[in-house]
Amino acid sequence: MFKNPPVIAATATIVGPKEGEGPLAQTFDKIVEDPYYAEKSWEKAERRMLEEVMQTALKKAALAPTSIDYLLAGDLLNQIISAGFTARSLGIPFIGLYGACATMYEGLALGAILIDGGFADYVLVGASSHYSTAERQYRFPTEQGVQRPPTAQWTVTGAGAALLARTGAGPVITHATIGKVLDLGQGDPSDFGSAMAPAAADTIVRHLQDTVRGPQDFDLFLTGDLGLYGKGLAEQLVRERGFDIGNKFADCGTMIYDHHRQDTHAGGSGCACAAVVTGGYLMQQMLTGKIKRVLGVATGALLSPLTTKQGETIPVIAHAVAIEMR
Amino acid sequence: MDFLKAFIFGGLICVAAQLIMDLTSYKVTPAHVLVGLVTAGVILSALGLYQPFVDFAGAGASIPLTGFGHILAQGAIEGVKKDGLLGAFTGGAAAAAGGITAAVVFGYFAALLFRPKG
Repeated sequence: MFKNPPVIAATATIVGPKEGEGPLAQTFDKIVEDPYYAEKSWEKAERRMLEEVMQTALKKAALAPTSIDYLLAGDLLNQIISAGFTARSLGIPFIGLYGACATMYEGLALGAILIDGGFADYVLVGASSHYSTAERQYRFPTEQGVQRPPTAQWTVTGAGAALLARTGAGPVITHATIGKVLDLGQGDPSDFGSAMAPAAADTIVRHLQDTVRGPQDFDLFLTGDLGLYGKGLAEQLVRERGFDIGNKFADCGTMIYDHHRQDTHAGGSGCACAAVVTGGYLMQQMLTGKIKRVLGVATGALLSPLTTKQGETIPVIAHAVAIEMR
Repeated sequence: MDFLKAFIFGGLICVAAQLIMDLTSYKVTPAHVLVGLVTAGVILSALGLYQPFVDFAGAGASIPLTGFGHILAQGAIEGVKKDGLLGAFTGGAAAAAGGITAAVVFGYFAALLFRPKG
């Protein structure tokens, strides 16, 4: 719980073509039609997207990079290159994060801690992912055309940034619950949703218990990228522990695509999934007053392709941030 | 008729492989299926069962991965006949050299001419 709840002063989002054809298209700042974004590689395209959302968030808040105390960012690529290279061009003191698809919420929680603790006035948080860079890294290069099972999710191409400030207008971050790493023995790298569901459920339940709140206190529980299979499982796990969030439960991964029309199987995933739905859709809903208080819970699968090949199961994490419109 | 036979029997091999991929756990990866089919082709060919299948189904037997295994096995057998035991190591690769080189050359030109869409 934060004594001086930091304000989300501005958010910025950018997405690729597939997300731009999805149901949330209207909520994003920019839709890029070319997955290369006029760069030579997908990795460069992802970097360009991350850098651009950072600049857009700064512009929206009318701040220069020099007034920002910390940049907290991460992505899915080895050595979090998208974040590191973006920090190189922005020149803001940089703390690199890796929380897999939970990175954006790890950043929001840490940024809020930095501001509430008095260590910063402004913190810029961001995360990015790209379908083709993530597939190349975690599964198979897309060029290989490997079949995708129905539980597979589609990594969101895009980037999201949020600017946290000590004061100002906008939704505030009132609480954060840092996730514990769980592993219930699920090992299928093409079914992250089911693997991550227990982490989401655990963090939601711990948050409600710690804050002595119940589902009635929230308008929405928004998870990051559980997808169709993981969402159902998480809902069930939360219910088994005494909380019914069924009618207030949404998942960024199931919202960002129309899976009947877009052949995305179980839904969206990736750092950008939670980042762009939070920065786009959720902020829009909050700023227009449709949602007053939300518990955002982003989930991440902390595996690497190496651990999968060595037969390990998937450790998972979920970070929660309670956001409120005052 | 040749086309129809090739389509049906080549297709049946693919159906079998697809069923293996769909009905087993994720631990059976596409790579396992690929290697399994080539190995199955080698074994069937070494037992003398694959050549009659090729004679009957034509491209339906020689084009799928099992056909590649068949070429490797027959090449190794020929190699042993010609060069002794060393031929077991050289014969398979020599017999499959045409296919492998074609894959490298066409792959190279495809990479030069096209850009993956992602």
